[in-house]
Amino acid sequence: MLAILVLHAFAALIAPVLIRLVGNKALYVLALVPASTALVIDDSRAETYDWVPHLGMDIALRSGPLQSLMLLVVGGIGAVVLVYCASYFAPGDPGLGRFAAVFLGFAGAMTGLVLSDDLLLLYVFWELTTVFSYLLIGHKPEQAAGRRAAMQALVVTTAGGLAMLAGFVILGHGAGTYRWSEIAAGPLPAGSATAAVLILAGALSKSAIFPFSFWLPAAMAAPTPASAYLHAASMVKAGVFLVGLLGPVLAVTPAWQPITVAAGSVTLLLGGWAALRQHDLKLLLAYGTVSQLGLLTVAFGAATKAAVLAGVALLLAHALFKATLFMVVGIIDKVTGTRDLRSLSGLGRRMPALAAVAALAVASMAGLPPLVGFVGKEALFAAFEHDPLVLAALVAGSILTVAYGLRFLWGAFAVKPSASIAGPARLSPVLVAPAALLALAGVAVGVGAPTLDRALTPYLQLWTGTTDHLALWHGPGLPVLLSVVVLTGGAAIFVGQRRGVRWPEQRLPAADGVYRWLMAAIDRAAVEVTGATQRGSLPFSLGIILAVLVVMGATTLLLSGFRPDGVRLWDTPLQLVVGAVVVAAAVIAARAQRRLTAMILVGVCGYGVAVLFVLHGAPDLALTQFLVETVTIVMFVLVLRRLPPRFSERPRPLRASRWLRMAVAGAAGVVTSAMAYVAVSGRLAEPVSVGFPEPAVSFGGGHNVVNVALVDIRAWDTMGEISVLVVAATGVASLIYQRSAALQRRRAEQTVPARKAGWLLAGESRESIILQVVARLLFHTIVLFSVYLLFSGHNAPGGGFAGGLVAGLALTIRYLAGGRRELNAAAPVDAGLVLGTGLLIAVGTGAAALIAGGQVLQSALVDVTLPLIGHVHFATSACFDVGVYLIVVGLVLEILRSLGGELDRQHSGAESAPEAPETPEMPETQREKEPV
Amino acid sequence: MTPNLVYVVIVGVLFTAGIAMLLERSLTRVLMGMILLGNGVNLLILLGGHAGAPPIVGAAPGEEMADPLPQIMILTAIVITLGMTAFLLALAYRSSAMAGHDEVQDDVEDRRIMRLAETDQGSGTEDDR
Repeated sequence: MLAILVLHAFAALIAPVLIRLVGNKALYVLALVPASTALVIDDSRAETYDWVPHLGMDIALRSGPLQSLMLLVVGGIGAVVLVYCASYFAPGDPGLGRFAAVFLGFAGAMTGLVLSDDLLLLYVFWELTTVFSYLLIGHKPEQAAGRRAAMQALVVTTAGGLAMLAGFVILGHGAGTYRWSEIAAGPLPAGSATAAVLILAGALSKSAIFPFSFWLPAAMAAPTPASAYLHAASMVKAGVFLVGLLGPVLAVTPAWQPITVAAGSVTLLLGGWAALRQHDLKLLLAYGTVSQLGLLTVAFGAATKAAVLAGVALLLAHALFKATLFMVVGIIDKVTGTRDLRSLSGLGRRMPALAAVAALAVASMAGLPPLVGFVGKEALFAAFEHDPLVLAALVAGSILTVAYGLRFLWGAFAVKPSASIAGPARLSPVLVAPAALLALAGVAVGVGAPTLDRALTPYLQLWTGTTDHLALWHGPGLPVLLSVVVLTGGAAIFVGQRRGVRWPEQRLPAADGVYRWLMAAIDRAAVEVTGATQRGSLPFSLGIILAVLVVMGATTLLLSGFRPDGVRLWDTPLQLVVGAVVVAAAVIAARAQRRLTAMILVGVCGYGVAVLFVLHGAPDLALTQFLVETVTIVMFVLVLRRLPPRFSERPRPLRASRWLRMAVAGAAGVVTSAMAYVAVSGRLAEPVSVGFPEPAVSFGGGHNVVNVALVDIRAWDTMGEISVLVVAATGVASLIYQRSAALQRRRAEQTVPARKAGWLLAGESRESIILQVVARLLFHTIVLFSVYLLFSGHNAPGGGFAGGLVAGLALTIRYLAGGRRELNAAAPVDAGLVLGTGLLIAVGTGAAALIAGGQVLQSALVDVTLPLIGHVHFATSACFDVGVYLIVVGLVLEILRSLGGELDRQHSGAESAPEAPETPEMPETQREKEPV
Repeated sequence: MTPNLVYVVIVGVLFTAGIAMLLERSLTRVLMGMILLGNGVNLLILLGGHAGAPPIVGAAPGEEMADPLPQIMILTAIVITLGMTAFLLALAYRSSAMAGHDEVQDDVEDRRIMRLAETDQGSGTEDDR
């Protein structure tokens, strides 16, 4: 059974390609896919596949008589409609590929819905059908009516679906399983009554039962084949199917029968009434569908053997005749260009075959023997013989059905003096054949009713009451009498309407209006809430977030009843000294007006924090922080020379908003401090890291616990981090290089051998020769040191980050000494290449562990003997560190090339005048080349 | 565990100064605020682990070792801050190159919605409802 679902998904994927290659004929092949559903029709089969085992969700499929019948409808009519599509759509219609893909996707989802045993799985397929229906209704996205109808159908059915999901959760939670076959076998779980109502909300909204009916007529914006399949034969039956599936268990809950029977009866009458007022043939059928769905809901909701049996027969009958009638309307629309029954005239004479097909389908709808519609309706009347109120509603509804059926035939095919549009004399038989096939199937099922009866026996055993049988002739009795009443009554109404008896212009109760009002109210509320909270100002939004932090944090702290139990001033008094420097620098930085001042003070803070790391016993942090802080300062200077010296040219008055900001900042600082104090005081348990040192040596192969952990237990985080660095570097390049030509030129410059330009580049420009020579002398030593740091990092402070930053600083010195040409001489490679290689090595290390049979990024200890070097003992995670090293080098290189070299070029005057951005130049900042 | 009071005070000041800068409109100032805030957060994390000798096996007895776990987390944070600083600096530069200043402007779409709210209008998507 799973294979069928996979086949549908696959067919949906290839459908657009196939149609582009082969044309409309591809649909004949694709029609085999829904037709193949017949292969899995089986009275009792169950399959289970693991899906999300730790959530207890399986793909549990189960097939029984009811499922088989639905599969016959879903697969059979799906296949026939696809064949019909091949001639309905014009050859080369650009939308056909998408239509076929969505159509097949829907068929698969519907098949899955029918076969699901797991309620959550059923819900997934249920929503999938909603989504596909949405896409089909909105098939022409350029039409506002189509978009509106699609959205309406989506909102109504999804809202119902959510209610249904809640019902499923109540059932599944109460029963301890979501498998319907298991829930049905056990006692009724607690809360079933509520669950039943919620589930009915989903089922009735899907089947367009009052008060949710309004979305279905609007959904007629879909192409007619989609209406024939989704909105007549299959999807709208999902709700009825669900009532039929869950009814044997849930019908004992108090609300089940009253809701289904009452809502169904009302829908039956309102739909039929509305259908009689329609001039558009397709809308007439749509209201007819609403009416018939009401009839089916009454039958299944009544929950007796006889009524359900009638319901099953009527479900099959409706699928057959309604799909036929929709296809007929599609043909009329296609050949005449209109569906308005006031304009059509004389089609019956010109297209007698089509008229005959339509007449056969209407006969089934009206309940004439020997069609299946007659069999079903007789059984239904018999089932409600002792319930006069419902029986009266059913009879009245059936009378309306006969009347609008006649109205349809008359409207489509009769000769009308006032109308003029007629179709061509000949119709392609290929176009009519699918409709004819379904109409004839109605006769076949009617005659073969006893076979259907036998096949359904196991399903009917689930219900209560006495068994009835489906047959063409039950002998004289009330049902036959009622059939005669229905037929004469319907004919009388039709004739009366034709003779000019005014049909009351009464609208359907305003559920549609309620929907519109609700949606408009939601929209208005959204605008108000968004307008009130999203002021579009960054300080305001941040302020709100921080205010929440302050209020929630302070409230929690005050309510916690925390009592400080002692105070420790410092670990060493030096912390106080350094801390005072950090505090002073931070406060002055926040008040600074000049960018450079603020930047230097922020840098002082950073270095101060690094010293605190040293005092705390964190040499790796201190090393990295020192290096990062240095690179940051270089970066800032490179950019700040291109920005105005002051943050704002305007004076900063101490306005109310500034006081407010300062108050928020102060409060946030105090609350954070307090939270820190309380949180640390609350630490009672032994830290998990107590157990780190031993495995760091035995598993990680290194003595430096911090660095070993970074590439071992925290390797995934480090992997994420280096990915962020790669993204940041790419972002920097794309922000600074404003044209792709500039990037190409950069690539060309990088590959110029340094020697061609002479050994020393300084002297040509302003750069200092002494600085350049010293930089060259130091460069290799620093790079070598960085490699030492990289490899010693496992046992001593260092590691990939620190090593990469040191190498980056070596490049920085070269750049500062001789500009971008000197940088190209030092690193004649693209930063992207370095970044990519680093990422490749890091990922490769992770993948290698996987290939070797371990977990991703798992490290192993390796002992090898190398020539010259001798015995080497290392952990494979060192390779990962090499990747980290390269990425950090690449990031610094990219920063120097973009924020350094490219900014130099953009501002160096004549050479790049056309590409220079319109920056208000600050002449005095332009010469500030040597930073700090 | 008794908290180190010096740290608690530094964290509070770094948060205050950082947030004060963060609530400004100049992008470079916002960035500096982020850096200060980042340092504050790093110290906050460090506060959770006790101080001691460097966590290098063999350099000191296990019980004298500083808690390595906060250090491991902070190391990642430090380097990420570097990448973010580079990106935001490039953004500030680009903004000033294009607009002539590096100030964060109000969001145009948000302003539009505010006007709609003030004049009691819908979102303008009535067509698709």
